[in-house]
Amino acid sequence: MGTATCGRCGSRLVSRDPKSLGRAWAWWLAGVLAYIPANLWPMLRTRTLWQEESSTIIGGALELWRYGNMGISVIILVASVGIPLAKFFAIAYLALSARNGARASPGVRMRLYEVVEYIGRWSMIDVFVVAILASLVQLNVVARIDPGPASLAFALSVIFTMLSAQAFDPRMIWDGIEAEARPPRDAPSA
Amino acid sequence: MADGTSIFADAALEDLVACPECDAIYRAADVPSGARAVCSRCHTVLIAPRQRAGMAIISLALAAIVLVVGALWFPFLRIDARGLWQEASLWDVATSFPDGPLLFVSVAVTAAILVLPLLRAALILYTLVPVVFDRPPRPQARRAFAWSERLRPWSMAEVFAIGCAVSLVKIADLATVSLGPAFWMFAALVVVTVAQDQLVCRWSVWRSITRA
Repeated sequence: MGTATCGRCGSRLVSRDPKSLGRAWAWWLAGVLAYIPANLWPMLRTRTLWQEESSTIIGGALELWRYGNMGISVIILVASVGIPLAKFFAIAYLALSARNGARASPGVRMRLYEVVEYIGRWSMIDVFVVAILASLVQLNVVARIDPGPASLAFALSVIFTMLSAQAFDPRMIWDGIEAEARPPRDAPSA
Repeated sequence: MADGTSIFADAALEDLVACPECDAIYRAADVPSGARAVCSRCHTVLIAPRQRAGMAIISLALAAIVLVVGALWFPFLRIDARGLWQEASLWDVATSFPDGPLLFVSVAVTAAILVLPLLRAALILYTLVPVVFDRPPRPQARRAFAWSERLRPWSMAEVFAIGCAVSLVKIADLATVSLGPAFWMFAALVVVTVAQDQLVCRWSVWRSITRA
C-alpha cells in the first residue's frame, strides 16, 4: 500500500473505515437524545402587556396554523419535525442495511443518502427564526420575545445528526455489489 | 464521458478519477467546457469544467466578502408598533441568545451565517488567485481547498434566508417590518454563494493546484 495519506489533499486514506458505522451510530444517538428536550422545552418565550407564554416548536407551529398562516406553519413543521424524524429513520436504515444488506438496490439507498445529506442543514431554519425574533421583538414592556432552552437542544440535535450523516461512509452501500456480481462458485454460501 | 469498464493497470494515477461517493474508478477524459462527466453507477458529478470559471469564482468570492462585511455595518431589519420601534443588525440577530448555555447557539449562528461564508470565500481566494493568474499555487493551497470543501455544509446563508422569510411572516401580524440595506446585501450574498458553488469544478481545482 505504501503511504496512507492522499498525495493530493493530505487526508488519511482508508479503504473502509471500520469505525465509520460506530461513529455514525454515536452521533445518531446524541441527535435523538437532544431532539427529545428540543420538543418538550419551550422554544420561544413571548411576553406582552397582558400575558406571558412559552411555546414549544410544535405548539408554535400549530398556533400559526390557527391564525391562518398555514404555509409558514407547514414550513416549520416540515423543517423542525418532518426532516429530523425522517433523517433519524433514514440514517438508521442506511446503517443497518450497510451491515445486514437490504432489499432496496444500492442506487435507491444512495439516493436516500444524498437526500439525507442535502436536507439536514435546512432544519436550522427554526433556530434562525428564533434568533431573528428574539433580536427584533424587544419592545420594552409592550412585547418581548426571548429564546427558550429548546433552541439549544434543537441546534445540537441538528448538528449531531449532520455529523452522523457525515460519519457514514456511503461507499459501504456499494460494497455488496461485487459479491453479487461474482460467478456462483465464488459466492459465499450464506 | 469517463469510461468505466477498462482495466486500469496501465493508466497513470493522475489519469484516474474515483467517484467520491461510491468508489467506482474511471479513466478521466478530457471533458469539454460546459459538459459534465457523471458516475454511471451513482450519478455523482465527477468533472464539470466551465470556461473562465476561475475568474468568475474569484469575483464572486470577493463579492461575498464585501457583502458580509457590508451587511454587518448596515441595519438589517426594523419593526414599528404602537409608536415603539426596534432595529436589529445582522450582528444583533446572530448574538441574540443570552449568556449561559444558550451562548453556544449564538456561536453556532454566528459561525453559520457570518464567519463560515467569510472564511470559505477567503480560502477560495487563497487557493485560486495564484492559479488563475498563472502563478505557482500557494504552499498551503491544498489544505485551504480541503478545508473550504469540508466547511461547505456548515455555511448556511441560504438556510438563514428562508428563516428570514418565515420570521417576517410571523412578525407581520405584530408590527410593521422594514427591510434595511443589510437585508438586501444578505439576499445578494445568498445568490453569490449558490452561484459560486455551482461554478467550482472540484476535479479541475485539485488538478490545477497539484500540477506545480
